[in-house]
Amino acid sequence: MKKLVLASAAATLAATAAMADIKVGMITTLSGGGASLGIDTRDGFMLAIEEAGRDDVEVVIEDDQRKPDIAVQLADKMIQSEKVDVLTGIVWSNLAMAVVPATTAQGLFYLSTNAAPAQLAGKGCNPNYFAVSYQNDNLHEGAGAYATKAGFKNTFILAPNYPAGHDSLNGFKRYYKGDLAGEVYTKLGQTDYAAEIAQIRASGADSVFFFLPGGMGISFLKQYADSGVDLPVVGPAFSFDQGILQAVGEAALGVKNASTWSKDLDNAANTAFVTAFEQKYDRLPSIYAAQGYDTANLLLSAIDKADINDDAAFAAALKAADFASVRGDFSFAANNHPIQNVYVREVIKEGDIFTNKIVDTALEDHSNAYVDACKM
Amino acid sequence: MSTILIFEQLLNGVQFGVMLFLMAAGLTLIFGVMGLINLAHGSLYMVGAFAAAAVAGLTGSFVLALMAALAAAALLGAVIEVTVIRRLYDSDHLDQVLATFALILIFSEGTRWLFGSFPLFLDIPEALSGPVTLPGGIQYPLYRLALIGAGLLVAAGLWLLIERTRLGIQIRAGENDREMIAALGVDISKLYTLVFALGAALAGLAGALVGAIQSVQVGMGEPVLILAFVVIVIGGIGSIKGAFIGALLVGLTDTLVGIFLPEVLKLFMEAAPATSAGSAIASMSIYILMSLVLIWRPSGLFGARA
Amino acid sequence: MNRETLFNAALLLGLIAVPAWAVIADEPFTITLATRAVILALAAAGLNIALGIGGLVSLGHAVFFGIGGYAMGILAYHAQSYSSLMDWPLVIEGTKSMPVIWIVAMIVSALAALVIGVLSLRTTGAYFIMITLAFGQMFYYFAISWSAYGGEDGMSIYVRNDFPGLNTLVPIQFYGLCLVVLLLVLLLSARLRRAPFGLALDSAQAVGLDPMRLKLVAFVISGVITGLAGALYADLNRFVSPTMFSWQLSGELMVLVILGGVGRLFGPVAGAVAFVALEHFLGGLTEFWHIFLGLILLAVVMFARGGLTGLIAGRELRHD
Repeated sequence: MKKLVLASAAATLAATAAMADIKVGMITTLSGGGASLGIDTRDGFMLAIEEAGRDDVEVVIEDDQRKPDIAVQLADKMIQSEKVDVLTGIVWSNLAMAVVPATTAQGLFYLSTNAAPAQLAGKGCNPNYFAVSYQNDNLHEGAGAYATKAGFKNTFILAPNYPAGHDSLNGFKRYYKGDLAGEVYTKLGQTDYAAEIAQIRASGADSVFFFLPGGMGISFLKQYADSGVDLPVVGPAFSFDQGILQAVGEAALGVKNASTWSKDLDNAANTAFVTAFEQKYDRLPSIYAAQGYDTANLLLSAIDKADINDDAAFAAALKAADFASVRGDFSFAANNHPIQNVYVREVIKEGDIFTNKIVDTALEDHSNAYVDACKM
Repeated sequence: MSTILIFEQLLNGVQFGVMLFLMAAGLTLIFGVMGLINLAHGSLYMVGAFAAAAVAGLTGSFVLALMAALAAAALLGAVIEVTVIRRLYDSDHLDQVLATFALILIFSEGTRWLFGSFPLFLDIPEALSGPVTLPGGIQYPLYRLALIGAGLLVAAGLWLLIERTRLGIQIRAGENDREMIAALGVDISKLYTLVFALGAALAGLAGALVGAIQSVQVGMGEPVLILAFVVIVIGGIGSIKGAFIGALLVGLTDTLVGIFLPEVLKLFMEAAPATSAGSAIASMSIYILMSLVLIWRPSGLFGARA
Repeated sequence: MNRETLFNAALLLGLIAVPAWAVIADEPFTITLATRAVILALAAAGLNIALGIGGLVSLGHAVFFGIGGYAMGILAYHAQSYSSLMDWPLVIEGTKSMPVIWIVAMIVSALAALVIGVLSLRTTGAYFIMITLAFGQMFYYFAISWSAYGGEDGMSIYVRNDFPGLNTLVPIQFYGLCLVVLLLVLLLSARLRRAPFGLALDSAQAVGLDPMRLKLVAFVISGVITGLAGALYADLNRFVSPTMFSWQLSGELMVLVILGGVGRLFGPVAGAVAFVALEHFLGGLTEFWHIFLGLILLAVVMFARGGLTGLIAGRELRHD
């Protein structure tokens, strides 16, 4: 009974939308902590929309303040009042978990510019949900593969004690073949890592893997560099991204990090993107900007191929991934998550700016661990 | 678990505690003298860190950065005391909580408006970077030792100020009997502004000192603020001595429980759930400590008896 | 009729008229906003009993809001995944029935309020504020690391829970349900403020009652109402997460009460409506809307002590 009501509500929505042009709802974090990620997502996405120069695509942008309840209400607003066809833009996994299932249940499309939690890749996958960014575990798996490749035998791993932190360490261990010198979960939002660094020093580790997004990573790296513990460090790209590197400074130099994108990736789409982004916004793009840009281009490619009101056709058009990704070769696995390379980047200094350069490929044409769990 | 590691963790706990003391001292002083609960104290900490990062970025000098942090926080403290806080002394705690909560909103978003959303960079001065070897072969970052030294120095200075100077007599008088200091011919409103600016400067100093090893970003003040509240409640609101003891207790509890509890749990259960459960309990440990202290002594360790 | 009664009546009329207009104009999101305001008003009405009647400044009321939310989340999660909540010593199944969820939310909130109250009421003044804040933090960190129920990610409930005789998925029906609950609670607090309970709190010693016990009762009632609001809020969003326990939420609840006017019967309603309207309209104007929210709050504290109700209806408190 309930399902019927839902379905018919979605059908009326779709019917009204057909008369208008394509309307995209972007919910992302523009104020408060973490706003820099949302701002880059938005700027990357809008750059692609502007470059396309088409007036039949309208984008409505709202700020979720990084609060899940606000995100849910904005999604309601976008769906009920704005009558959007597609939702996108959420940065954080916990917000995505709050919004995505309800969105796809109402028959709308959701394209993820960043967050791609395991639940939505496995049992909770949906034909209307596409992660254009990665699957959350990918970068950690890349870091694990690199650690194995680099010959690390005894790594110390740490992450915050929350679901993404657990996924991170599990993802790392999936591709890391050596022993663990220690495995530590820190408090979410912790800013002092003296105690953990002391543990690392005492553990006899030969390397360190950490996943500490945002300010946590900045604090850790600065304190680590000053501690005199001189072991190689590996991490996912989040703590070494363009927006954050300047705040870490010298402490990050030489650190290897796993990423699906880098500004020096050698393909025509990427060169054009980096130049255009710098020109328009006067700063270097981050991975969030790159993912936003790719998401917009994927959407545009599908709009040209299929009617958005024909769910199956539009999903097929998205799945074809017929666009020039700034990440090079790009396709979708069966569960609508990318198959792409995971690279190893090294933090370098170019003039006064800290940035990354690619030094290796950790995993080629990498998919994700949840494809088999997805039945759709 | 070696003795070296335990000793190093003790140092870490003390260092954390000493920095908490800088925050808590201002809070407790302001509460003791003016009876005001200041939620915006964390904003002053943030302002200190941002001022330091901005000046260090321009001049490259850490000393100038510290002075800028002190000056900016003290100045801002004086300004909000004169414009807003002064009107709240006679209000109940409810109004104080709300008004200073409003100040948090204004300062946080105002800082983001001025400095943008990206974290700023503030680094340890060259002379204090890197580790030193302590007796017993312990490698410890010099800067953290300097933090312990600076914190103890400030604590000693504060003690001297309160016990040995005219201003200190006035402050102590203000804690006990407001009418008496008026009778002594002290300009109360000037004294209040001064005390508030002093507390603000301490918060700003803490923000700058800690900012050098952490991330300077909007919202950095509130987690520290909550810890500082825990500290002064444990120590007894209004007591500088209590704040000092409380800060060390909280610093040591937070550090040691976080490290050793998972290890202890591993003796009884498997490694993965032990780490997970251990860190879950550890993140609640100081609040549990605070509840226990309050159940035992409802006005804190050194608080005036209600 | 004095001005406050008129103001309250106008507010009530608005709570009926605006959603009614929204149904006709086909603006479902306006109803969602109104539902949010009504539920926040309910939570604040709970806090108002502790603040206004009991004189207890609790900076930890998010605890009850979160407990209510998790009661809904956990029961509905087990119902939607057809798993049982507990197998031993007796089997407990999840449920999608709102009345059952509400009862569970209220009972658990009452228990939590009882324990927190007994411990916190040993202290007074600033200590009370801080210890309630600390309890809030304890629950917050616990929820973050409680991986069985999503940890920091929280839990999504795909379909709103059922209420006998209603289709809660229709926004206006769910709104009506929330409004009725709010009005019932307001009725209850109006009665509480009258004798014997409200008076007894004022003159407990004279009557020979233990003021501590009365305060505890006020605190528990307050927690129960906020817990119920939490369950409704979770149903509005079909989602629960540890942010429901955060100290910012405790602060916001307090903002609602003071914005509307402490101790006024309709104060929480006025505060919640104003807050949601501000958030919606200011948020649409600028990314930095928190600055303006802060300035407005400051102005209310400094120049309009009775909150919005006081500003519009005059400063004298009702003495009934």
